[in-house]
Amino acid sequence: MASTSVAWTEETRSVAGVDLHLRKGGSGAPLLILNDEFGHLGTLRYQDELARQHTVYIPTHPGFVPTPRLDWIMNMRDLAGWYLMALEELGLTSVNAIGFSIGGWLAAEMATMSPGQFNKLALVGAMGVQPPEGYIYDMFLNVPGHCIAACFHEPEATPEFQDVCPDQPSPEQAQAWEIAREEACRLGWKPYMYYPGLPNLLKRLKDLPTMIVWGGEDEVVPISAGQLYHQSIPGSRLEVLADCGHMPQVEKTEEFLALMRQFLA
Amino acid sequence: MFIGYFTERPYQDPGSGYFGATGKPIMDLTVSNEIYDAKLGAELYNRYLDEKMYAEEMGFDGLMLNEHHGTPFCMGGAMNVEASILARMTNRAKIVLLGNILPIWDDPLWLVEQLSMIDMISRGRLVSGWVRGTGRESVAHNSPPPYNWERFQEAHEFVVKAWTTPGPFRWEGKHFQYRHVNPWVRPYQEPHPPIWLPGVVSRDSLMWAAEKRIPYIMLATEMEPTKLAFQLYHDTAAEHGYESGPQNIGYLWKVHVDETEELAEQTARKYVQGPSNPFLAGNEGTVNPALVNLPGLTSRTRVLPTQAVATAARGGTGGVAGVLGRPFEQQVEDYTIITGTPDSVIPKIRHVLEYIRPGSIFFWDGDGAMTHDDAMRSLRLMGQEVIPAVKEIAKELELPGPFEVDPATGKDLTAEAVATPTADD
Repeated sequence: MASTSVAWTEETRSVAGVDLHLRKGGSGAPLLILNDEFGHLGTLRYQDELARQHTVYIPTHPGFVPTPRLDWIMNMRDLAGWYLMALEELGLTSVNAIGFSIGGWLAAEMATMSPGQFNKLALVGAMGVQPPEGYIYDMFLNVPGHCIAACFHEPEATPEFQDVCPDQPSPEQAQAWEIAREEACRLGWKPYMYYPGLPNLLKRLKDLPTMIVWGGEDEVVPISAGQLYHQSIPGSRLEVLADCGHMPQVEKTEEFLALMRQFLA
Repeated sequence: MFIGYFTERPYQDPGSGYFGATGKPIMDLTVSNEIYDAKLGAELYNRYLDEKMYAEEMGFDGLMLNEHHGTPFCMGGAMNVEASILARMTNRAKIVLLGNILPIWDDPLWLVEQLSMIDMISRGRLVSGWVRGTGRESVAHNSPPPYNWERFQEAHEFVVKAWTTPGPFRWEGKHFQYRHVNPWVRPYQEPHPPIWLPGVVSRDSLMWAAEKRIPYIMLATEMEPTKLAFQLYHDTAAEHGYESGPQNIGYLWKVHVDETEELAEQTARKYVQGPSNPFLAGNEGTVNPALVNLPGLTSRTRVLPTQAVATAARGGTGGVAGVLGRPFEQQVEDYTIITGTPDSVIPKIRHVLEYIRPGSIFFWDGDGAMTHDDAMRSLRLMGQEVIPAVKEIAKELELPGPFEVDPATGKDLTAEAVATPTADD
């Protein structure tokens, strides 16, 4: 199953006032991946597979390793506004995008500000709305390893689990997690990982094909949040993967890829 | 020498099963307040206030309070309430708040008003310390940890301005904004109550204090790293063009005095029993590793020599419930607990003073599982024998406190010095 044919490049682009770290791989129409709150967890199989049909762009958010932090970015709407400027400078307008968890929240905010920015949008276990039932898992009252483990319904049955959550992370990885958590904390400490106005603003996405993907056993962002996204975005579709936690792209890679291929075709 | 009295005011409830050697495991954030017994709480609050009043009677210069949130080891969730009561019920001792947790105040104007009122009611006896708070404070009052240091500094600037600048004025800061600052109470002391900074961990905070000529109080740390950290303070002071001295540094540690050596040891062992702060001294509790590493609360790299030792004392970041980070015997060995009769305690205190050379000291007593009687016996003997002896030692060692020599200017503040110019008139 291992994919070795995709060559990934890393570059630093000076955009919108920051030296943005950008990973790029594959060929085809551009596909933007907006990372979750852990930042870069290594090149994963779903990324290689998506790169077979797309030119995949994976920027590192400001404040995550190694893109420097921007002091004025104090909440998610600041970051979303910054990203719209950055994508414009990168020439990445009218792209397909997938946002994971906190990156899903980011994508949703960007789309409400500028729906024409995207061709198609996939939100995977997205934070950003207050779950009508349950609460978003408090990542700051748990150590990073526990937080990542909480993203999986069956970690032991997930081949890539040790890659994203090694028992003994390297000092560099541990440090990167801490820095990522610190920036996630700035973006979503209070209210915890949502913006109260977002469900009302999401109506602007009525002409944007949007797919919402959720793990049926997501313990990090309750599925009620996925249902709220679905209700708030006219014409959106909600896909729920069975026996799956908060990271469908890692835990149910095949099912996730099948959904994406079909949606992005 | 300025000598203060401190206890952390633990919620002592042996009946709860949570505390003591046979207790249920206690970890930060895991004990529900459903076990809280109101009658017991009322007794304890009144007991601790009574002990503070007796400490004044026994000759302590300062009555020190601190504040923690959502934890049984410190009942002072609103320390300014206790300080307000002491402001009225005492009449000589300084009320030393070490300190208000600046970053967690969303409305620091309210703090300005409370502290000014305490200073007014006490007729100028308030010492207003600031702290940055531990993880549990940020969590309890939901204050964003990555902005802890920025909020601390901005709140400090704001409070000082509100104390010293006639209103109304506007404040449009990064974290706090006001369009009409004009509190109808000003501090009694001119230009404002002294500000002190206690701490353990952050190099940024200690250097900030040194730069601003604010006295720094090291909290229950081991002696060698304490001395190293204070050297950093003195070096920073020199870089900023002034000579700091004993008046700029203070040291809090555990001192219990009793009638016999046997009773002293038996009682001092209670320091590490019961609900005493398991997170500072390695007692019978477990830290919550996520709380210790709350993202961005303090710099990951700019830490003091005392920090590593503090972490070890807390049993490391993976401590096991019920296992002391540092055994009682070790704490006695390295002077972080001093206990005995007055005769045996005084030379040990002398050793600490000689080694660290602080101008302020705080005896931490009556904590853990110690009873009211334990605390009162020690207070009486401190008043009768220890405080007078320590004052003499401090004179001999030339350790002036911050009310004898001004920490900011080095100026002699004693009555003789102030009186000298007029003596010839």
